[in-house]
Amino acid sequence: MILSYAELLRALLPEAALVLGALAILGFDLAVGRGRTGAQRLRTATWIGLAAVVAAIYGTLAAGVGGPAFGGVLALDHLTLATRLGVLVLAAFTLGLLPGIARLRHPPEYVAVVLFATAGFTLMAAAQQLLVIFLAIELASLSLYILAGFDKSKPESAEAGLKYFLFGGMSAAFLLFGFSLLYGLTGAIDMPHIAMQISLLGMSPLLVIALAMIITAFGFKAAAAPFHLWAPDVYQGAPVSSSALIASASKLAGIVVFMRLLWLGTGFSAGRVVDWPIVVGWLPLVAVLALASMLLGNIGALAQSNIRRLLAYSAIAHAGSLLLGLLASGREGPGPLFYYAATYGLATVGAFGVVAVVERAGRCQEITDLAGLMKRSPFLAAVLAVFVLSLAGIPPLAGFFGKFAVYASVLKIGGLGGPAGWLTIAAIALSAVALYYYLLILKQALVASPAAGADSAVPTPFLAGVTLLLAAALLVLLGLFPGPVLQIFL
Amino acid sequence: MNALPFTIYVSFAGAVLALAAGARSASAARGVALLTALTTLGLTLFAAAGFVPAAGLQTLVNADWIPQLGVRYHLAADGISMTLLVLTGLASVVGVLFSWNITERVGEFFALYLALIGGVFGVFLSADAFVFFVFYEIAIVPKYFLIAIWGSTNREYGAMKLVLYSFAGSALVMAGLIWAWAAAGGGSFALGDLAAAAAQFSHAGQLGMFALVFTGFAVLAGMFPFHTWAPTGHVAAPTAASMLLAGVVMKLGAYGCLRVAMVTFPAGLEYFAPVIAWLAIIGIIYAGLVALVQEDFKFVIGYSSVSHMGFVLLGLAAANPLAVSGAVLQMFSHGIIAGLLFAVVGRMVYERTHTRKLDDLRAMPLHKLMPFAAVVFVIAGLASMGMPGFSGFPAELTILVGTWKTSPLWALVAATGVLVAAAFTLRAIQVSFFGKSGHASASARKVAGHAHDITPITWPEKAGAILLIAVMVYVGLHPDSLLDWIRPALESPLMRAALTGGAS
Repeated sequence: MILSYAELLRALLPEAALVLGALAILGFDLAVGRGRTGAQRLRTATWIGLAAVVAAIYGTLAAGVGGPAFGGVLALDHLTLATRLGVLVLAAFTLGLLPGIARLRHPPEYVAVVLFATAGFTLMAAAQQLLVIFLAIELASLSLYILAGFDKSKPESAEAGLKYFLFGGMSAAFLLFGFSLLYGLTGAIDMPHIAMQISLLGMSPLLVIALAMIITAFGFKAAAAPFHLWAPDVYQGAPVSSSALIASASKLAGIVVFMRLLWLGTGFSAGRVVDWPIVVGWLPLVAVLALASMLLGNIGALAQSNIRRLLAYSAIAHAGSLLLGLLASGREGPGPLFYYAATYGLATVGAFGVVAVVERAGRCQEITDLAGLMKRSPFLAAVLAVFVLSLAGIPPLAGFFGKFAVYASVLKIGGLGGPAGWLTIAAIALSAVALYYYLLILKQALVASPAAGADSAVPTPFLAGVTLLLAAALLVLLGLFPGPVLQIFL
Repeated sequence: MNALPFTIYVSFAGAVLALAAGARSASAARGVALLTALTTLGLTLFAAAGFVPAAGLQTLVNADWIPQLGVRYHLAADGISMTLLVLTGLASVVGVLFSWNITERVGEFFALYLALIGGVFGVFLSADAFVFFVFYEIAIVPKYFLIAIWGSTNREYGAMKLVLYSFAGSALVMAGLIWAWAAAGGGSFALGDLAAAAAQFSHAGQLGMFALVFTGFAVLAGMFPFHTWAPTGHVAAPTAASMLLAGVVMKLGAYGCLRVAMVTFPAGLEYFAPVIAWLAIIGIIYAGLVALVQEDFKFVIGYSSVSHMGFVLLGLAAANPLAVSGAVLQMFSHGIIAGLLFAVVGRMVYERTHTRKLDDLRAMPLHKLMPFAAVVFVIAGLASMGMPGFSGFPAELTILVGTWKTSPLWALVAATGVLVAAAFTLRAIQVSFFGKSGHASASARKVAGHAHDITPITWPEKAGAILLIAVMVYVGLHPDSLLDWIRPALESPLMRAALTGGAS
């Protein structure tokens, strides 16, 4: 096999741009950063970071769509293109929010690590071979551990970093074990060969173990119940922008890489859940995780008084819906699932962004800390309403159509009668539960009056304001015109 | 006719403008809201003037929206939607007039109010199930904020309960619609296409889909035992929101039952009609009896709404053209009457006396303190009881006669509900407005004690009340003006397939 390194470079243009950007930030700060204030260094780093993301977006478009690259190690299909763009946009939003947070000790390093994590995400979007998948996931994860524990002045942040690292390390071990079994069974590490071998071998106990390992690892990464325990603590303790990145871009990249792995690589061992009786495979496992996540996430969220923990439980619930979408994405295409993950990420970044900006002006831990936001900053209250209502799935916002498209895709393959249909019914019913806790947030922000002593106006930094406005506008636009996003995959 | 879609756009644009105007001054926001509402009313009346009743929906807009799911932005109208569009136009104008005294966060109030109206117009115009559902859900969230911010009595509880009931109902609708869409092959959400495809589904499938969609919509129509959101929500809501909730939003549910559930899944209707009818009858009588013992004036009206909506559901369940035309007429009539009742109780009485307890009101000779309110309430009460000459009479009579054709027993039992309605309405009139009028000396002191803090009825209130009474009397004396629109709409092939009650 002749490998073309020029082809590899072209395929990896976005990652190259991101890594170069990260190095440029570090180098620039080393050269001229000394003696400047933290805010100045953060601003410089943010702009360089944004430039790198823009370059990576350009690189993604330049790499284009061209099928397998570099001997099948990478896939440059429409899904890669869309996911890379989605991840980069979400990372750009996270970066845009940074000046709104400001209290970081080493801002250039933080921005650089965000770029490394993003490089991991974009690589995950393209990876098509077990080793590259593992490498990409670990590049992203290790960066995220650092980001979670970045705030050295807060013990909660250290706790979040450690917890995330321990859970994540464990899941990496599961993933590697699953991969090694898969390799042992099939003798291949690239997906087409694995798929061919599995179709020949059929189901075997060892394969079941391998799949269970992979799905366990996936559950950890996606914060799906019962592997969700790290999520509330991490979301609560980590710097807000880190939580935003973990909840948004990381989820989008994660769901896409696992969708590719599970359907493309091990699709023949999927089993069946659309009708009775259930056929053994990884689909029933995913269905169980989906149900558990939706139940635990939605019911757990009811009991939360901390806004970040609430968003964490909402993330768990949404992970359940994403897994539900995964059931159908093999037959119905990745469109609905991608749309759901991307718009969910957008809304979450926005919600965390508002929390961050409010925190800058005072406190923002409890939901009641948002009280009277309408008076303190009408702009923040309005965009928060857009983000939260999109999470709740209210039309005409994008969250509604994501929900609708995912449910529709599941019901289209099996109707309401089978297990997948009942799972969809559960998801639809639980969306009414979810509206309750989302409205609790909005009740504080829009209905309640400011608490005594916390009624000062909340100033919004310019870049953060623009970022939040763009995110909200994008949610409205994508909600009104979802067609173009779905069109990518047809 | 072609102006009708603009009612939606004008409402939403008005919402944005009202929000912007509210940042400057309250009166600017009021002006924008009134102008918007008048424009939408003008648009509906203009369309109504040029409306030629015909069987079937007359398409207004039909464009691709989300081709991947087969969703088309398809708006259409027939006589039924025309009736309800006019009702919505009237209700929106009158609601603005009765909110003239809102002083807090005025811009936001009217923005949410107009957004709700826009959603309602959208629902009544939709001919695509997806579009229908989107507008239906758009109309849910503004209600929460209208009640939670500007409401009274236990408002946060009432608001949350109402919104969760509505949303749970819409979740059922969503499940049923997606199921039907998926079973039909996932090609189209058009109501006609779904109905055509549904005829091929298994019987059990049709029953399941009908049960999901009908129950979902019936929650919003206040069907027993899913009605409990209605009284608490109506009581907690500010006057204009109560008027809209009882007047228009509950009709969204009934309209959804008719337009989507019944027409798409006739087999389900045939199977479940007795269940629906009996639930409707229980609702009529039970809610009427509960209204009879309420101590809060607004709760009386709240439960009376549930009772009157029971007639609508009964008419739908009877499933013959006569009963259904009566049900649609009752939707219109109840929208006007309930609006007027809530206006008197919430705006004219409560805002001035600051109490809605019937015991307290009994102590005040309100008919002397506010004769205008007393006259309006007596008229509205008579209409609500079903007095000939007002719109309630032809509506309920048509329903009962139509129901008789399907099942005389249903009609007989439901007719006792009319008696109960007379009882609780008369009690409310007597206790609230004519409480202690017999005791001359005592009441004289009361008048002296209360008169100074009772402000006179303002012009917006008078204008709104007179407009509603005029419509009520006009429709009461000339019900054919609406029935001539409604009847042809029930002649369309889809409706005919559904409305076979009493024939077999």
